[in-house]
Amino acid sequence: MALPLLTAKSIDKAFSGVAALTSAELQIEGGEVHGLIGQNGAGKSTLIKIITGVYRRDAGTVEFDGGEASFINPREAQSAGIATIYQELNLVPLRSVTENIVMGNEPRKWGGLIDWKTANSQTKKVLSDFGLDLDVERPLGEYSTAIQQLVAIARAVSLNAKLVIMDEPTSSLDDKEVAVLFGVIRQLKQTGVSVLYVSHFLDELFEVCDRVTVMRDGQTIGCHQIAETDKFELIAEMLGRNIEDIKSAGMTDFGGGEAKRGEVLLQADNIGTDNRLRAFSATVHRGEIVGLGGLLGSGRTEAALALFGVDQLTQGRMVFKGEGFEPDDPVTAIRSGLGLLSEDRKAEGIIPDMSVRENLTLALLPRLTRAGQIQRGREREIVENFVKALGIKTADIDQPIRELSGGNQQKVLLARWLATEPDLLILDEPTRGVDVGAKLEIQSIIREYVDRGCGVILISSEFEELVEGADRIVVLQDGYSVSELENPGISEDILIAAIAHHHDEVSGANA
Amino acid sequence: MLDDSAFDLRKYLNNNGQSAGVWIALVALIIFGLLRYDNFGSAYNIVSFLNYNSMFILIAIGMCFVIMTGGIDLSVGSVAAFTSVCAAYLSPFGIEVALPGGVLAGAVIGGINAFVIIVMRVPPFIATLATMLGAKGGALVISGAQTISVDWSSNFTKFGMEKAFGILPWTIVATLVVFFIAWIVLERTPLGRSVLAIGGSEEASTLMGLKVNRAKAFVYIFSGACAGLAGVFLASSYGAGQPLEGIGWELSAIASVVVGGTLLTGGLGSIPATLAGALLLGLVFNILNFENGKGTISLSAYWQLVIRGGFLFVVILLQTRVIRKRQAVS
Ligand SMILES: Nc1ncnc2c1ncn2[C@@H]1O[C@H](COP(=O)(O)OP(=O)(O)OP(=O)(O)O)[C@@H](O)[C@H]1O
Ligand SMILES: [Mg+2]
Repeated sequence: MALPLLTAKSIDKAFSGVAALTSAELQIEGGEVHGLIGQNGAGKSTLIKIITGVYRRDAGTVEFDGGEASFINPREAQSAGIATIYQELNLVPLRSVTENIVMGNEPRKWGGLIDWKTANSQTKKVLSDFGLDLDVERPLGEYSTAIQQLVAIARAVSLNAKLVIMDEPTSSLDDKEVAVLFGVIRQLKQTGVSVLYVSHFLDELFEVCDRVTVMRDGQTIGCHQIAETDKFELIAEMLGRNIEDIKSAGMTDFGGGEAKRGEVLLQADNIGTDNRLRAFSATVHRGEIVGLGGLLGSGRTEAALALFGVDQLTQGRMVFKGEGFEPDDPVTAIRSGLGLLSEDRKAEGIIPDMSVRENLTLALLPRLTRAGQIQRGREREIVENFVKALGIKTADIDQPIRELSGGNQQKVLLARWLATEPDLLILDEPTRGVDVGAKLEIQSIIREYVDRGCGVILISSEFEELVEGADRIVVLQDGYSVSELENPGISEDILIAAIAHHHDEVSGANA
Repeated sequence: MLDDSAFDLRKYLNNNGQSAGVWIALVALIIFGLLRYDNFGSAYNIVSFLNYNSMFILIAIGMCFVIMTGGIDLSVGSVAAFTSVCAAYLSPFGIEVALPGGVLAGAVIGGINAFVIIVMRVPPFIATLATMLGAKGGALVISGAQTISVDWSSNFTKFGMEKAFGILPWTIVATLVVFFIAWIVLERTPLGRSVLAIGGSEEASTLMGLKVNRAKAFVYIFSGACAGLAGVFLASSYGAGQPLEGIGWELSAIASVVVGGTLLTGGLGSIPATLAGALLLGLVFNILNFENGKGTISLSAYWQLVIRGGFLFVVILLQTRVIRKRQAVS
């Protein structure tokens, strides 16, 4: 049998004394799609960063392509044939799409000058494999998170690597885009390229992976042929629990449709903005989770931005808590009792150098201040409660948030909003990058939250989360709210049908 | 971009986060000057204006590169003073020696900046503040705090005072050369694009596998070399090495860069717009001089500074409004 393409053996890594990896192992064969799973903070991203030269390992060996591999920076790993999409997107939003794709190996002409014409057309070609047709000279930051993620993937694929590493590549993608990505992965595999695929979506693994490695608490727990294992075994291994317990618990746990519906909290009537929201109507009662369903670009996020005062209304009206409501900006919206957990955690959410504590209580400070002094005791108490309730994995609450794993950062953000106790909380992809175990916890926390008489608007690209979590689902299409489904009784098929049905109808009407 | 026959200025500016504001202001000011003052458009005024401002243009170009990485170089004024003294001492050997010598001296100080910032990880503001003081001290020490007169018998002063082939002063020719090289490097080389990428996100640039340290070293050395060349201009044009010159030059350079629409946090910027910014700032002084000359008003140098400051403020205000609009769109 041929040598494996990559072998990482007994890798140790500690961050200022706290172990992140203890003798972790990973082996990837040539031409194989290899899954890597584990809870938030299990060490997946750290292992990837050690392999690709971002971090130095404390102990262990890495072999790649038949030789010992101790890359001292990502560039060396890249030239050796490893292309990586890191979890926190490694792109430059201010620069053009083309630059983000070709940087590091720009097409040249005479004198070594960059040939922009070729660069642009190369970029267009690479992107067309992903079904994207963009103005490649525009700054990347003007495009949505999903498109940015696809661009990152396209960049990695275009590097002609022997191994492509993808750390949670699908976290911002909808089903259609995931399907496109899988097509690309299969194509890579056919040409003999290996793929390391990190994801919290186990179904995805079963679709594309050949083998899967499970990590827990910085250790490699097991490696399975995907055909010889099942979801329950993987979850049990990830969480370190009994298979039987997992089977009885069920996968998602909002318990949608059981809510006692209170008075009307928010009513939006045909609201529209300049930002692709045409006519959106919805009602949210106290004690209720209302989901927004639809494809990417259907206006879900834009609806949230309108409610939150980021985008100004050009039409329609809103009533919030019995009064007419038209916030000029987020500050007014927050004051009136609204909260928005945005989908773009890096740009709008976390402040990387601040501690977990500071990030968590940022929106809360006015209320924690007595006579100009922050009440440290109460602050700690609140933070520690949330860290425990959400299972945030952090060395201590004063650790800078950038040192937390991706999923744990997401939990801190969610905690920030829960702590301010808004009457209506809008959650845009609240469980992005969160592991299955924590997802359950977050979902039950959201349910508890509405049970106390608040309302939640839930936006999610995961149909399962919507179907099982929301009491009602408003389906959006091209900026219009087109139908409403009520739980109990919604299934994934019904939701997909609702989205697709209206899609045809709308495009039919336009034709 | 330079050799594309259909060079679209608006698209270029737009894609670089620039507004046409600085160009409009520049043209407006030139038209104003032409209409109001008789000799404003004279060859003499144009040439002496460009000659005088070439030092500031050079420094602004160097500064632009540094700022595009998200850094800052406060040492440029002192470096120019220092290299003007070096060049004055080297002047007996002719411009062939004094010019490279001055540039090299500036590049060495830039190299020190780069080392301290990249290897010792000192923030650019602090590192270049230290070399600013150090270069100033160095200039005073080697000159004995005196202006150092140049050797008039060599060809050294010809560079600052005579015209190349009888058409344009050598200083302007040299500045144009630097300008075009800088423009090509920024727009057409991986190095230039890395500079912008680093300013956009240094972490992402590292993860993308760009040569981050090399690009950062380049900008500080280049900025030092530009300041070094400006120092040579200074000595050659005024016939003396001047250890006390250069005070506040770094701030004018930063102002030119910012007026040109380059983002102070890095990631967006343009060399032509920086040139326009430097010309604009110089032009305000030029026009105030003409106004004084007309005798309608009489402004002291202090008032000129105040007016220039106010003007700067207005232009920057316009620029940021444009940038904010852009961000609102995205
Ligand atoms: N730069 C750092 N400094 C300190 N601690 C770190 C750093 N990077 C990671 N850690 C810690 O190492 C552990 C593993 O983190 P890692 O990011 O590898 O997890 P992960 O498996 O990728 O999780 P997720 O699914 O949430 O992305 C975490 O406890 C994290 O807090
Ligand atoms: Mg991770």
